Amino acid sequence: MSAVLVPTVRIQRQDFDVAAEIAGLTQGRADIGAVVTFSGLCRDEQGALSALELEHYPGMAEAEIGRIAAEATERWPLQGLTVIHRHGKIAPGDNIVLVVAASAHRQAAFEAADFLMDYLKSRAPFWKKEHRTDGSEGGWVEAKETDAQAARRWKRPPSE
Amino acid sequence: MTTRLIYFAWVRERIGTSEEDVELPAGIETVADLLRWLQSRGEGYQHALQYPDVIRVAINQEHVDHREKISGAREIALFPPMTGG
Repeated sequence: MSAVLVPTVRIQRQDFDVAAEIAGLTQGRADIGAVVTFSGLCRDEQGALSALELEHYPGMAEAEIGRIAAEATERWPLQGLTVIHRHGKIAPGDNIVLVVAASAHRQAAFEAADFLMDYLKSRAPFWKKEHRTDGSEGGWVEAKETDAQAARRWKRPPSE
Repeated sequence: MTTRLIYFAWVRERIGTSEEDVELPAGIETVADLLRWLQSRGEGYQHALQYPDVIRVAINQEHVDHREKISGAREIALFPPMTGG
């Protein structure tokens, strides 16, 4: 029997180092055969965007991502899971979010990372506001129905 | 009993404050009741909550739907659909 995995969840203003986060999961062990990482970055929208401002709900952001991560560890045989979400002002080209999923085989790692991102988009309490290069107020980013649909496809357990 | 209400993103901007402590009047039993009562508190609230169906709600930092009972809630947060990730 493997020990119960406790995912690492961090909500932070500062940037993260993708290589260091992978090493943090894999160092000193030889049972991991697959590591999938997803990084979400800030786009400049063809030069129109000067920054994204990410507001979050302190306390609930950690709790909700923790609940989503715990569900992922129940649904897939993972040996490591790290989720980092930044808040504050983020410039185009900079990191916003990171998911690192480690498993013995690739399918579990791919699926868990995919699930994490779909759920995070529709359930983690973060809101993006745009700042435009022309100085105008870009307003709040609207939630996309495609993201809600993406989250719904995980409703059925993967074993079915 | 005092309940803390917390607002985020455009809900916060339209109401004009990020949080407040309120005494809920008798008869406010569910999230839907709360949203209706808040709309009677002024123009900012009305503007923020004019389409109550889009408002997402968390009680004690967990997502709930609008039929949820709010008795015993210490902290109720109202916010737009989330756009993280």
